[in-house]
Amino acid sequence: MDGEHRASGNLQSRVVHESLILPVRIENLVYEIGKARIIDSLNLELSAGGCTAILGYNGAGKSVLLRLLHGLLTPSSGIIRWAGDFDPEFVRQRQSMVFQSPVLLRRSIEANIRYALTKRGFKGEHRAHRIETVLEQTNLSRIRHRQAMVLSGGERQRVAIARALAVEPEILFLDEPTASLDPAATIGIEDILVRARNEGRKLIMVTQSVGQAERLANDIVFMHHGQVTEHSLIEEFLATPKSPVAQAFIEGKLYK
Amino acid sequence: MEEIFEGFATAAVLIARFDSALFEIVELSLRVSLTAVLISAVIGLPLGAAIAVARFRGRNFLIVCVNALMGLPPVVVGLLVYLNLSNAGPFGWLQLLYTPTAMIIAQIVLVTPIIVALARQFVEDANADYDEELRSIGVRGAAKLITLIVEVRHSLLTVVLAAFGRAIAEVGAVIIVGGNINHITRVMTTAIALETSKGELALALALGVILMMIAFAVNAMASLIKKIGPKSYGR
Ligand SMILES: Nc1ncnc2c1ncn2[C@@H]1O[C@H](COP(=O)(O)OP(=O)(O)OP(=O)(O)O)[C@@H](O)[C@H]1O
Ligand SMILES: [Mg+2]
Repeated sequence: MDGEHRASGNLQSRVVHESLILPVRIENLVYEIGKARIIDSLNLELSAGGCTAILGYNGAGKSVLLRLLHGLLTPSSGIIRWAGDFDPEFVRQRQSMVFQSPVLLRRSIEANIRYALTKRGFKGEHRAHRIETVLEQTNLSRIRHRQAMVLSGGERQRVAIARALAVEPEILFLDEPTASLDPAATIGIEDILVRARNEGRKLIMVTQSVGQAERLANDIVFMHHGQVTEHSLIEEFLATPKSPVAQAFIEGKLYK
Repeated sequence: MEEIFEGFATAAVLIARFDSALFEIVELSLRVSLTAVLISAVIGLPLGAAIAVARFRGRNFLIVCVNALMGLPPVVVGLLVYLNLSNAGPFGWLQLLYTPTAMIIAQIVLVTPIIVALARQFVEDANADYDEELRSIGVRGAAKLITLIVEVRHSLLTVVLAAFGRAIAEVGAVIIVGGNINHITRVMTTAIALETSKGELALALALGVILMMIAFAVNAMASLIKKIGPKSYGR
């Protein structure tokens, strides 16, 4: 498949279903904890649809950026401008998030998914259907009644992905969603993410795997020290990274 | 030495025969402490949970106070309740002094801080884990509080059991506000104190054995909940 064509097509908000909160413009975003600037005057624009991969070394501020976008942290200064003038709670309800270390409720897999759906206002037939669909997609149907506490790390991650997908978000934030998955499960999850992307959902995914970014992403945001050093199409990024730090990252080298 | 053996023998007979004087005392003890703990739990669990998630001025001070109240000496609690209920006190007109109700009130004052403080700690720890995930889903306010309480229900149950253990074993407060009146306010601990001082070891020993059995049963239940609970319901 012609990768470049696919990528540029998606960068220009070619969405299947209605997009309300995207595109988003991030202007001079700053997030400080005490004196430390975790996010440092960050500027970025993300279009509707497609998959954006956020890459960067440990501690670059990727997880914090996702939390800011999801409204879980309040910026110290700067603006996150969604497409419309929406209430923050409304924006969050159009999004869902798979955390780097997901927390599940102390109940069964199925009950965890039902909980999220119920709280997001899904009812009756529709809710039951969503539960079946995501259990099937994440290959969890067989163990749906198993208690969350006894699950393996990879299973927990899959439940978190199922729960986030179930609520049909416009934007799905994923913080290293396949970090603890085996190769087969990783491929399985990537298939699901491709499907979600093709449904028109926006994926904003932090990953440590350049290969995964290459398989899923249309565009790359590279972060370093709380700033975006570049935002380019995946092909451009891989061929000609615009900063030495990105170059080092792609080559898998230490950068100091 | 012989006296003590005789005491044990008579105690065994009293228990085996379901001696009515003995079991009247046991029954009153259970009734007073169960009522007190039930009321304390109804007040203390939601209050502790609310303090755990709410952010308001003076919160830290309140937490320090509640934690300090946990360590209140029972005799001081007895004294405070006595002052309130005595004829000269503000609630003297209720005529509650030297009734089981007075003992229940004293035990409520004694164990509610324990329930509030421990419930606050458990719910706050849970909130640290769940907060972002719940906010992400869109769960706030009372719904969030309920979810957190349900999540730590096993721990909260052990808190209530601990409170019951303290209530039923306590002597200082109930002897002051109850007065250890035969057939009316005589409970296990006060009876043991009185009978021992009179040298009547048989009844004291029988009550001591039963009190120990209750304490043992409470502890066994608590560790069972700790072991089984999380396994069947998740971490
Ligand atoms: N609550 C906090 N208090 C203090 N420092 C924090 C806090 N949260 C994040 N940081 C710091 O901010 C920086 C960015 O953190 P973040 O979790 O966003 O990194 P990341 O890019 O996701 O890294 P990783 O690849 O390891 O997940 C780190 O140096 C981290 O120590
Ligand atoms: Mg991270």
